Amino acid sequence: MSDIAEFFYFSGYAWFVWGSYGVTAAFMIAEIILVIRGKKSMMNRLARMARLNNSTNE
Amino acid sequence: MSFKNSVIWLYFSSPKNFYPLAGKMIPWFGALAAVFTIIGLYISFVLAPSVLSDQKEYYVIIFIHVPAAWMSMFIYIIMSMYAFIALVWNIKMSEMMATALAPTGAMFTFLALWTGALWGRPSWGAYWVWDARLTSELILLFLYIGFMSLQSAIDDPRRAARASGLLAIVGVINIPIIYFSVRWWNTLHQGFSVQPAQTQQLMDPSIKWGMLALAIAFWMYTIAIVLMRVRTIILERERQTSWVQELVGGKT
Repeated sequence: MSDIAEFFYFSGYAWFVWGSYGVTAAFMIAEIILVIRGKKSMMNRLARMARLNNSTNE
Repeated sequence: MSFKNSVIWLYFSSPKNFYPLAGKMIPWFGALAAVFTIIGLYISFVLAPSVLSDQKEYYVIIFIHVPAAWMSMFIYIIMSMYAFIALVWNIKMSEMMATALAPTGAMFTFLALWTGALWGRPSWGAYWVWDARLTSELILLFLYIGFMSLQSAIDDPRRAARASGLLAIVGVINIPIIYFSVRWWNTLHQGFSVQPAQTQQLMDPSIKWGMLALAIAFWMYTIAIVLMRVRTIILERERQTSWVQELVGGKT
């Protein structure tokens, strides 16, 4: 077995080890994406509301 | 606290002043998180021994399991401290910080349980047992979920903060229970991972450094993501103020 394959095989414990590290990484990356998206959509929503206010005031 | 310090604290307890400060801090903490993640993973997978006494190769789960479990408890303590400050001194920024911390705390609690299950299976033969340590950590997850659902169930943000803050403060009792559960009860879960004196020599020092590096990485990550989330919360809660109006609609 090549070194890389051996590394991923993890002496047969691949599911436990990569299941732990993979899910942890996936959650953290997902959280970053969700928070950035949430901020963007909040900015857009508030900008829309501001435009609406401006147009009704004029 | 000196007069100058109190003035600084007062200044940044205003959402208007905290918003830009948080924005400046995010990239720094994000970069630190990345650096410590690389260091931590290098120690865990390259420098640390491949087996730990009777634990075989799967023990590398320790490097995320232990830091995630620490974070789940640290974040809860910080969250309830903010909730307490918000309740007693009625500081809005504190309410928002408590709200921003909860999802990340819940995530680390889930990850501690998840990685623990995947570690328990090869070492104990079971993904889950109703052990004192595991059960109290599961209760912690429910406390986070309760805190978040209470907030989304109450429309008025001030009332929501008060109700959920009270829940957070009462729930602090669970933290020492989690921490000392391995000593108070005869549990299947092993004892303290980082412990004083005697048994310490048994563990290769690189294992401790790996856990420490990834714990710091999780801390830096938490600070960065919570500051990002609190900025969105500030925008929503302060949307009627002139500074937010200017920020979002400045171009018109």
